[in-house]
Amino acid sequence: MKRKSLSILAVAGFSAALALSGCARASHDGSSSGGPGEITMWTHSAGNPGELAVYQQIIADFNASQSQYKIVQQNFPQGSYNEAITAAAAARKLPCLLDMDGPVMPNWAWAGHLQPLGLPDDLISSLLPTTVGRYKDTVYSAGYWEAALSIFARKSVLDRNSIRIPTADKPWTLDEFDVAVTRLKANGYTTPLDLGAADKGEWWSYAYSPMLQSTGGDLIDRGTMKTADGALNGPDAVKFFTWFQQAFKNGWADNAGPVGNQRFIDDKVALSYTGVWNAKDALAGVGDDLLILPPVDFGKGPKIGGGSWQWGISAGCKNADGARAYLTFSFQDKYLTAFADSQVVIPSTTAAAKASKYFSDNGALHQFAVLSQKFALARPATPGYPVISSTFEKAAKDIMSGAEVKSTLDTAVRAIDTDISSQNGYGF
Amino acid sequence: MTVHPVERVLRRRQRLWIYLAMAGLAVFFLFPLVFMFVSSLKPDGQILSDVGGWRAFLPLGDISFRNYSGVFDRVPVGRFLLNSLFVTTVIVGAGLVINSMAGFAISRLRWTGRGVVLSIIIATLIVPFETIAVPMVYWVSQLPTLLLQNGQLVYDFGWLDSYEVQIVPFIANGFSVFLFAQYFSTIPTAIDEAARIDGAGWFTIYRKIAVPLSGPAFATVAILTFLPAWNQYLWPSMVVQDENLRPVMVGMQYFFQDNTAWGEIMAYTSMITLPVLVVFLAFQRAFVSSVAASGVKG
Repeated sequence: MKRKSLSILAVAGFSAALALSGCARASHDGSSSGGPGEITMWTHSAGNPGELAVYQQIIADFNASQSQYKIVQQNFPQGSYNEAITAAAAARKLPCLLDMDGPVMPNWAWAGHLQPLGLPDDLISSLLPTTVGRYKDTVYSAGYWEAALSIFARKSVLDRNSIRIPTADKPWTLDEFDVAVTRLKANGYTTPLDLGAADKGEWWSYAYSPMLQSTGGDLIDRGTMKTADGALNGPDAVKFFTWFQQAFKNGWADNAGPVGNQRFIDDKVALSYTGVWNAKDALAGVGDDLLILPPVDFGKGPKIGGGSWQWGISAGCKNADGARAYLTFSFQDKYLTAFADSQVVIPSTTAAAKASKYFSDNGALHQFAVLSQKFALARPATPGYPVISSTFEKAAKDIMSGAEVKSTLDTAVRAIDTDISSQNGYGF
Repeated sequence: MTVHPVERVLRRRQRLWIYLAMAGLAVFFLFPLVFMFVSSLKPDGQILSDVGGWRAFLPLGDISFRNYSGVFDRVPVGRFLLNSLFVTTVIVGAGLVINSMAGFAISRLRWTGRGVVLSIIIATLIVPFETIAVPMVYWVSQLPTLLLQNGQLVYDFGWLDSYEVQIVPFIANGFSVFLFAQYFSTIPTAIDEAARIDGAGWFTIYRKIAVPLSGPAFATVAILTFLPAWNQYLWPSMVVQDENLRPVMVGMQYFFQDNTAWGEIMAYTSMITLPVLVVFLAFQRAFVSSVAASGVKG
């Protein structure tokens, strides 16, 4: 009884204390930023010390350069970044500044998460076209760098097998490429080509839709953005996916993995279709024998995917002017070069590329900058892209595993078109 | 009664085969752990090259603890471990108390609607967490909270970015309530009646009779609550923005950059698996006996 009375007294006392203290609501400006002048910035870079070091330098320099705004950085690991954004958007707690994978931007803009970027025109025009995210002719995002794919090979291996070394001006035709992999397989490589098919997710659209586009197909009819019919299941698409299926059936490629470029470094495959991010290790492993070759011309010219991570400003940002001031400040060439050299990515301005140890005219990876400028094609700027991408991945994997090409593509087209219809055409 | 020598030899042989089979199974189940630890000592290139052969399970080649120091460079692993330990301990501790009390109320007390409540609790088990995650984020972002601001007690809305958002939604657990209710129902009601005659209240019966007699059930619930709490990934990915509050599993994603740091992943998983192994070994006997008991009586 005594104990019960004590408990009741304690609860009553706590309630009275709250009432007497005039418990008021916590003071904050209610925006997606923190305190006055504070601009919250989210990156997907947790676990990437090189990238974070450059961000920290930019933020320190910006915060020291003026007293009106203060950037507060929060870092998320890439793998869980989209979940964090989705949750924050649902709770209306998005930060002012956020980075995003280029092809996702139109979906976020359409969902009302982003506001137009509003950076100076001269800054935007100085950037590589695929590092600028446009949705319905409005710029919503811009990036410090670009990535690019190429085919890694050993010069000695190509010479030994009498295979022509392709150039950006004269890439391999599909016939030449088929002859090359057939010869490499006959001369000792059990699997001559690593297409990276052990990977999953966005890689599939990023890596293989450019091949489709090089054949003449596409993920969607870019003229209307309202249907994939004819683009993803037309004769060109069927032609490409038939080749894709044959590449696995003939044993030219497999999906055994591991993901990455290790099989090429170990000389277990002769050709590796991979990205600039694997170039540094390949250089270290293969040395001067390494060739960075342009992608294959499937008929309509070589293509590689464009659009890497880019920065945007959330729609609810109360300090949008400060966010713009920060972004404008951050696009200095010295920072772009720092990103390029720490991350081994292609800087988004020519001046930054010239100053880079890897991508300058004499840099060991200059070829990637050339390939990006010549062949990069952004993924379709439609809010339906996430569905297009996952549908494409499923269809391509089914075809790789032996599914009938045309009917699989028809099914994929139906899935994409159904999504577009259910969203009333995503505003197109 | 004597056993014929031939029969004895046969029994020994039979036992030998059983031991051999069990040893084989033990090795089979140990392979992933051995692979994880051995790989944590190798550079990335060697791990990938060794995969597919016996070398993957042997500490051969360029062996060092470099991956472990790399983990500390990339991830605040100590902080993450402490966060997970705190969150998990509170979920398990509070869960044992609250779910056992709920189970006791359902199992031993007689009240109207008891069956309906139990049915609703069991029905919650078929709802996958993923389907309610986003609505829950919205919900927790609207909950009131008390803060100390400039020496004054103030209120605000939103539990995001806190420990409580990682703990409170997971304390009450339908499966735990069901398991406790099942276990308590095996204790003879005559004990309750005797205690009631002696003047004991329901809480005293719960505390002094039901709890001491239900050790295996508590151990089972503890371990079954511990594992998902320790392995939480999706929820903290959504509701925790501050790195200082993140648990260990979210830290795993730090290693999946454009190039995956396999050696560091193995070192990290070796570090974060250790507490799980310790808990399992500590509760193993009680866990097995509880599973056996509930299997017979459930």
